[in-house]
Amino acid sequence: MMQETASPKKAGHRHQYAIFAGMVALFLVLPFVIYPIFLMQALCFALFACAFNLLIGYTGLVSFGHAMFLGVAGYTSAHAAKVWGLPPELAILAAMAMSAALGLVVGLLAIRRQGIYFAMITLALAQMIFFFSLQAKFTGGEDGIQSVPRGVMFGILDLQDTMTLYFVVLAIFLAGFLLIYRVVHSPFGQVLKAIRENEPRAVSLGYNVHQYKLIAFVLSAALSGLAGGTKAIVFQLASLTDVHWTMSGEVVLMTLLGGLGTVFGPIVGAFVVIAMQNYLAQLGSWVTIAQGVVFVVCVLAFRRGIVGELGRFLKKPL
Amino acid sequence: MIELLGISTQALFGQLLIGLINGSFYAMLSLGLAVIFGLLNIINFCHGALYMIGAFVAWLALQHLGIGYWPALIVAPIVVGAFGMVLERTMLRHLYKLDHLYGLLLTFGLALVIEGVFRNEFGSSGLPYGIPPTLSGGQNLGFMFLPNYRAWVIVASLGVCLATWYVIERTKLGAYLRAATENPVLVQAFGINVPRMITLTYGLGVALAALAGVLAAPIYQVSPLMGSNLIIVVFAVVVIGGMGSILGSVITGFALGVVEGLTKVFYPEASSTVIFIIMAIVLLIRPTGLFGRAH
Repeated sequence: MMQETASPKKAGHRHQYAIFAGMVALFLVLPFVIYPIFLMQALCFALFACAFNLLIGYTGLVSFGHAMFLGVAGYTSAHAAKVWGLPPELAILAAMAMSAALGLVVGLLAIRRQGIYFAMITLALAQMIFFFSLQAKFTGGEDGIQSVPRGVMFGILDLQDTMTLYFVVLAIFLAGFLLIYRVVHSPFGQVLKAIRENEPRAVSLGYNVHQYKLIAFVLSAALSGLAGGTKAIVFQLASLTDVHWTMSGEVVLMTLLGGLGTVFGPIVGAFVVIAMQNYLAQLGSWVTIAQGVVFVVCVLAFRRGIVGELGRFLKKPL
Repeated sequence: MIELLGISTQALFGQLLIGLINGSFYAMLSLGLAVIFGLLNIINFCHGALYMIGAFVAWLALQHLGIGYWPALIVAPIVVGAFGMVLERTMLRHLYKLDHLYGLLLTFGLALVIEGVFRNEFGSSGLPYGIPPTLSGGQNLGFMFLPNYRAWVIVASLGVCLATWYVIERTKLGAYLRAATENPVLVQAFGINVPRMITLTYGLGVALAALAGVLAAPIYQVSPLMGSNLIIVVFAVVVIGGMGSILGSVITGFALGVVEGLTKVFYPEASSTVIFIIMAIVLLIRPTGLFGRAH
């Protein structure tokens, strides 16, 4: 996708470390001021959006079916915790593995296609997963998997306690975020950006572009799975909403609003969208209308997103 | 009851009929999408929402203005087509220079807005729209019972699809349209008003969707969700048929409707996914679709 990235005169990322430190400090303090469950929901979606950004912002691949990774992970984690009785850390790892495997299969089918076709095939495969989830017995259909036990993590952290759970979720989010940051700011990440900017040139330089795209896709799927698996444990529920195509649209919205290809953009985008959903919830359909309006405004006038515009204003990459 | 392949002919042909009907809507909607994509390079995600508006215009016209079914077949496409042209002029126009995925995102946002507004006004349950008296009743064909209205839908959509195909592929206006797809700048240099043609094309595609909506109103309930249920399947149809191919979308639409109907008879569990499975297979074997050309 087209975007302009401000190229700083010196390639300094120190300001990003400062912002990161500030962000961590903020998240350590916030649960004492704001309802922790809302924060946990926002953190899970922030991780989901960061994982999606890895694909759309840095590799230039628009997947319109990312909900399938979130949803499948949710079902796996819920099933593992409830039916197999696994402790939460293993349930979440199982969820990640499942999403990564699904990502590999979908990636192998979709990677060779460009642009619109890639988006369409991911959408179609996500729909297949949706209908499968609707009909399969273990997913509970319309009811979903409910009463998922929170369990005790590593044998010592009782996740029934909201604050403990919050810090565990925060830790998971930061781990995922740091992994993405490390991937993006690495030679591998540079090749991804090269592919995004000019794929034929990357091919002519000798890079096995399909392999890079596939790895990015599986990574994005796995981290979406991490988000989905964690979310199922937090809310003790895995449901059809997480595999529906509107969820795929929401993560696109979060990333677009926050800023495609920025480091902190998806986090901001996720928080704004989740806040909007929660505070407009009483107004019913207005949430959908508001999301639609935000989409339209972003595409027409605000393509760089909140953090993107901020970064451009400050002339530093954010 | 006569049995054919273990299923009664009533059930088999009944489902085939439903499949043909679904196929007619798939064909009409994917035709509109293919026309819009062919010329504007925009994936019109709000096509389903516009189809829904078409049905609502017919319903509202009946409720508040006493305009019946037959005039609605003309009024709704004109009203919604005009609305579409306004959308194109004000919003879509700015996106042509960009990556066409932005068009997808914009129309996705528009679809959300439109559906949200209608859902707010009318709720999510369906509103009834009666079959026009001249088309009610049916014929007993011996092996099945054929309702008149359903037969009309199939005939009408076939007619409209073929008429559109004829205009685009065999007339001078259609030639200008196809030329503008290939090289808009050169065509404009010849003195043809390309931006106006683009606006009119979008309007035409949207009008087709609205017409499908009016045809659908007596069969499916008029509900704000009728578009979103359909749009993803229609995308799959367009991709299978080939994104820019008019005839491809029409043939694929009908064919897939029939395939879906047959799957419902023989293996119901797969009926909602069979189209996507076919799409995945087609994309692996023939990436540009069954009838598409490399874009």
